[in-house]
Amino acid sequence: MPLGEFGCPKLCESLCHGVLSGLMNVVVCVKQIPDPADPGALDPDTKTLKRDVKLILDESDSYGVEMALQLVDAAGEGEVRLVSMAPNSERSGLSTALAMGAASATLVSDEALVGSDALATAKVLAAAIADQDATLVIAGSESSDGYTGTVPTQIAGVLDWPSVTAAKAIEIEGDTVKIQRQTDSGYDDVECPLPCVISVTAGVVEPRYPSFKGIMAAKSKPVEEKTVADLGLDADQVGWAGAGQEIVDIADAPQRESGEVIEDDGEAYTKVIEFLENLKVI
Amino acid sequence: MTLSKIWVLAEADGDEVSSTTLEILTKARDLADTVECVYGGDNADDLAETLGEYGCETVHQTGDLDGALVGVPLAAAIAEAVEAGDGPDAVLAATTYDGRDTTARLSVKLDRTVLTNVVDIELDGDELVGTEPVFGGATDVRTKITGDGVAILLVRPKSFAAEPCDGAEADVEDLDVPDLGAAGGAVITDRHVEESEGPRLDEAAIVVAGGRGLGEADKFEMVENLAKVLSGAAGASRAIVDAGWVPYSYQVGQTGKVVKPDVYIAAGISGATQHLVGMKGSKHIIAINKDPEAPIFAVSDLGIVGDVHKVMPQILEALASR
Repeated sequence: MPLGEFGCPKLCESLCHGVLSGLMNVVVCVKQIPDPADPGALDPDTKTLKRDVKLILDESDSYGVEMALQLVDAAGEGEVRLVSMAPNSERSGLSTALAMGAASATLVSDEALVGSDALATAKVLAAAIADQDATLVIAGSESSDGYTGTVPTQIAGVLDWPSVTAAKAIEIEGDTVKIQRQTDSGYDDVECPLPCVISVTAGVVEPRYPSFKGIMAAKSKPVEEKTVADLGLDADQVGWAGAGQEIVDIADAPQRESGEVIEDDGEAYTKVIEFLENLKVI
Repeated sequence: MTLSKIWVLAEADGDEVSSTTLEILTKARDLADTVECVYGGDNADDLAETLGEYGCETVHQTGDLDGALVGVPLAAAIAEAVEAGDGPDAVLAATTYDGRDTTARLSVKLDRTVLTNVVDIELDGDELVGTEPVFGGATDVRTKITGDGVAILLVRPKSFAAEPCDGAEADVEDLDVPDLGAAGGAVITDRHVEESEGPRLDEAAIVVAGGRGLGEADKFEMVENLAKVLSGAAGASRAIVDAGWVPYSYQVGQTGKVVKPDVYIAAGISGATQHLVGMKGSKHIIAINKDPEAPIFAVSDLGIVGDVHKVMPQILEALASR
């Protein structure tokens, strides 16, 4: 794993500083995605998502930003920093998160990144995080467009940190973080040493709306833009070249036939009863 | 042409093998000469008979993990086996919490991609091609895993029907876990089970699900009541889970559970692509929504354009009087 080796010495130094000095630096990974209400389409020529539509902050990530802001508030010091990877220096989604209260952002934007798979994305984000003096990294459980759900754990893997996915509550106690981790049947209490990567489920906190003051303040917050080379990564580790997967074809999926649709005239419920009777469900 | 060996990540609730494990084992039999399992735990002896019945010849288990989350130790153990030359051609896991953790860690260890959200798998020569539905299932993307090394795939639950093949009880072997360092530091200290009445959401023959159209959290009671009367399970759209009306365990959709019941009743659910992916494999779909343009009607067998607050109580009343 070239990146882990590359990032480590610098990383340990900065982390020790972060943890020992008691500064709470929470790095939040945010993704800027096409508006799910207007998701666009796959470009059959480039086999990537058409990104000519306006990008917004992934709603799943707004929970991570809110959680991070609350942790820093509770600690009484420190700050929330953002890392993001996006084409065309896109930063409208970052602006939303900065307006919520994040202090600064690092944006990795580079044409070489087009076609990156989740692992390459994780390598890029991990390299960007390595400079951040992070106490803790928070990410959404999965993006609302790609849904791989593997990036947070892959980031932790590259950094060789522990990780906890699907967190619905986070509390920091000294050098340990206590997490309620969602399970199929309920939740587990998990303890994890810092630094670590935590992915949060949606709906665990109520993301704040950016205030007018926040929106104005966001305009002057630092957004540092980096390229793949700035991060010390080779172009062939990312993008199509580093993807390790290749789209064979894109096709319309067979669709269900839609059945009868009726307007309720006060008696439509009888249709439902009839339908259930015909299926011998009742 | 088939692969020589596939490892399937086995998951279990106590001594009961998860249904997704059996689904994936069934598919793996078509793809490889030898199908084996890897398991993070120490009770593989209790799972070996069932796993064997579905074609698993050997279960490689890590042994007691002392409460550690499964992903880090299991991935490290698999990677070590691969590096020692004892590994498989492919690792298949279900899209579950532990499945994602394990494959994500493994992908970093082996520097290999993970193909995610796979609903079908085929072989093209000796390369695996996975099908992933996007845009709520409107489009299928087929993706080939390229390059040398282990293919890693995350398969969505209910993508394949589980069919036993009368295999003999699987052998159980130890899978050595190397020293994990700091990365292995996450430990489970306590477990909480939130019991719900009735059948499990992802196994119920009838699912009644509610969405934002219910208007307020209290109205979810109508959904639960109808589910109860029909001996089904109650489910929910992401919108009302995110709003905190019901726990995450109720969620049906891309994020959440995939359900394929005989009957799915959607009350006040518009049918965002996020939701459709999780339920449109249902045999029969009834939708009630006040918006005639709601996408849910495009997949429903019976659609009622109306107010859930009127129609649901009428259905409940009619059923109660039977």
